[in-house]
Amino acid sequence: MRRDIRVQTEPFDVGEETARLSAGDFGVGAVASFVGLVRAHNRVGDEQAEIETMTLEHYPGMTEKALGRIVDAAAERWPLQAVTVIHRVGELQLGEPIVLVLTASAHRRAAFESCQFIMDILKTEAPFWKKERLPDGKERWVDARESDGKAAARWLGDGVE
Amino acid sequence: MIQVRYFARLRDQLGSPGEEMNEFPPTIGELAERLAARGGNWAEALGGTVLMAINQEMVGPDAPLKDGDEVAFLPPVTGG
Repeated sequence: MRRDIRVQTEPFDVGEETARLSAGDFGVGAVASFVGLVRAHNRVGDEQAEIETMTLEHYPGMTEKALGRIVDAAAERWPLQAVTVIHRVGELQLGEPIVLVLTASAHRRAAFESCQFIMDILKTEAPFWKKERLPDGKERWVDARESDGKAAARWLGDGVE
Repeated sequence: MIQVRYFARLRDQLGSPGEEMNEFPPTIGELAERLAARGGNWAEALGGTVLMAINQEMVGPDAPLKDGDEVAFLPPVTGG
């Protein structure tokens, strides 16, 4: 299986990455994609809040290893020809893409399911942290969501291992 | 000697990106307890949910420490 895992500050082009993923491989019959964007609204407790910018921090080295392990776990569960995972770090503006997951397989079911699996596990196991800046200039770290833990647990039980 | 690193919210709470330690306990869980025993921000930061890693792999509290290890304490992750 071909795998392309990148952590970068630069934006990515979904069309270009999709073309690259399956280029020359005519065994690929399905490509599923997920793109995560910086959203203006976030909920803190019961309150809605608007955000101005988002900054993503990560643990260089460990991040790449964690993403590699998640992609390996997907490849063990589904017959995949290729996977691309790109996660951005640094300061991002509203509407900008944060993360891209592309999965290529012979058939759609493996592509859809593995794409969702990779995102669900990434949300709970890859060492990235979001910090939001509010219009008043205050900054706050985003809290982990219980629903993300449940989404990951649905696939795995306790972890990728 | 081990290198201890703190990330994101934990680093901000502790006011430190990390430290080197010549003396360290046998497991990472005991190290977390020893750090929390410093009191104040340390007790608060390490008293909640904290993920632990040795040499960039997630581990549980019973994981043993050895000379040369890179140890990290991480808040719950929020990427994606």
